[in-house]
Amino acid sequence: MSEVTETNIPSGTRREQFAEFWFYFKENRGAVIGLAVFVLVVIAAVLAPVLSPFDPDAQYRDALLAAPMTDSAHGHFWLGTDAVGRDLLSRLLYGARYSLFIGVVVVVLSLSVGVILGLLAGWFGGWVDTIIMRVMDVILAFPSLLLALVFVAILGPGLTNAMIAIALVMQPHFARLTRAAVLSEKNKDYVMAARVAGAGNMRLMFRTVLPNCLAPLIVQATLSFSNAILDAAALGFLGLGAQPPTPEWGTMLSEAREFILRAWWVVTFPGLAILISVLAINLMGDGLRDALDPKLKRS
Amino acid sequence: MSAPLIEARDLRVTFDIRRASDLPWSTPPRLRAVNGVSFALEEGKTLGIVGESGCGKSTLARALIQMLPAEGQVIWQGETDLLELSPRQMLKYRSDIQMIFQDPLASLDPRMTVGEIIAEPLRTHRPKMGRKERREKVRQVMEKVGLLPNQINRYPHEFSGGQCQRIGIARALVVEPKLLICDEPVSALDVSIQAQVIALLEDLRRDLGLTIIFIAHDLSVVRHVCDEVMVLYLGRMMEAGPTERLFTAPQHPYTQALLSAVPIPDPEVERSKKLIALEGDLPSPLNPPSGCPLRTRCPRASEICASEPPTATVEGREVHCHHPGPAPEVQAVLAER
Repeated sequence: MSEVTETNIPSGTRREQFAEFWFYFKENRGAVIGLAVFVLVVIAAVLAPVLSPFDPDAQYRDALLAAPMTDSAHGHFWLGTDAVGRDLLSRLLYGARYSLFIGVVVVVLSLSVGVILGLLAGWFGGWVDTIIMRVMDVILAFPSLLLALVFVAILGPGLTNAMIAIALVMQPHFARLTRAAVLSEKNKDYVMAARVAGAGNMRLMFRTVLPNCLAPLIVQATLSFSNAILDAAALGFLGLGAQPPTPEWGTMLSEAREFILRAWWVVTFPGLAILISVLAINLMGDGLRDALDPKLKRS
Repeated sequence: MSAPLIEARDLRVTFDIRRASDLPWSTPPRLRAVNGVSFALEEGKTLGIVGESGCGKSTLARALIQMLPAEGQVIWQGETDLLELSPRQMLKYRSDIQMIFQDPLASLDPRMTVGEIIAEPLRTHRPKMGRKERREKVRQVMEKVGLLPNQINRYPHEFSGGQCQRIGIARALVVEPKLLICDEPVSALDVSIQAQVIALLEDLRRDLGLTIIFIAHDLSVVRHVCDEVMVLYLGRMMEAGPTERLFTAPQHPYTQALLSAVPIPDPEVERSKKLIALEGDLPSPLNPPSGCPLRTRCPRASEICASEPPTATVEGREVHCHHPGPAPEVQAVLAER
């Protein structure tokens, strides 16, 4: 009997925790819509080869700048074609892959570096704290896009360098957030108890303090995800991010700039794609914050 | 007689209080949280440390286990001065000295299960112990402190205060320490739960031969649990000695005042008893009175109290007062009990 309850309890509490989280999350209708749209974007990205009617790089010279919903000898162009006759819908679907990829890589990079720096600064304090946080302040003092531009200019244009630059610019936010959380946690009794139990600095930092600082970091990570997509699109638009013919949304916008007045669809659809996915992720992040922050919970 | 398990000699803890508004080159004011405390505790005995809030009880406990930088000496088993050890050398002794905290829930990591919390000391102090063996050990200890083994995978917030304190005790006992420091282990608990936890501590002490340093501000609890008592005021020792003698015949005016403030569960006596009230407020520990720290509030204060810090021994116990002696009105009340 005791064996049975024992195996049931942990899964039960995890499930309970999730149920509680979901209860608060679904209160926020915007967050649920955001989540749904985000799931759609993920599906589009994963199933891009299945869903897209054309090869994203194939050019149909007899259908340059075809309007949306035009039929041609090659098939139906749902969202029209761009200046060199590539199907917009296919390119947008493949572009979703790039956007998600950029979001994930940038968030992982900036999160890991920022968390480690913030943890070191908060935990050791003193001159370690001073040096790390002053460097973070310097980075924060610049407008983020401008700094990213400078980094890309130094590293050379390209998607990889653009992601590294964006991660560098975003990482101080994570460092500050982590440091603040660590400062408030590190003087609590349970940290002292772990120290008395003989835990070393490494164990105290990563095993004791860090898991208790995660809630604000998760929220910041989701919000940074959308920012990363936006910044990457901006860099792409300026010609410093993904290089053509990559079907990255920002790059697509940049290529289509000259045809704004002649063919509205070439700029509208990539722009809408960026707008909708960034909006969805931001809404989701807001909901996540409300659900994870105990101070905002109504009991 | 063998050497005492732990002996403190002239232990001092000072903090530099630097405010943000101070200039960086100014000397910050110093706070002497613990000032020249000495005691010796034999194996198997229980020492009670009592005093008002802010008198340095917890600081003293933290200094003993090197959680705060301290001056003086802490002699372990008559041989090693713990204060001279490097953190790495200290690790060997950490498992011999464990601690129980005041706020039971706050002292448990909210993200760890009870099993992980109790096993944490084993991970660092017995790294060779296998996973199975560790789990077995955790179960044994849980049983010993009155927790059900099937609660091993729960999280701290699912437990009541008393149960949380049991988890804290289990964590302290899992490495089989020789000395257990209890920092107000029951003051955050309901009275009925207090009794349970104290009974548990008593049982454990008897069964495991533990030596305990018991910090409290509840005098009746201390009287019940401790063999010896030390009274602190503003980081200094006032009176120290065997519990019964200290409680029945206090010599120091501060001890007398403390004892006379303990409520008596008989309204008749309680109403008629005379309080020895100390005048005024607790002086700022940043700027304690010269000489005897109690002199600003002491009914017996005279000129010598302002000039020299008192040291005296009366009837085999330490009474740090220039004018020690029994107080008849307190004696009468104490006799009633």
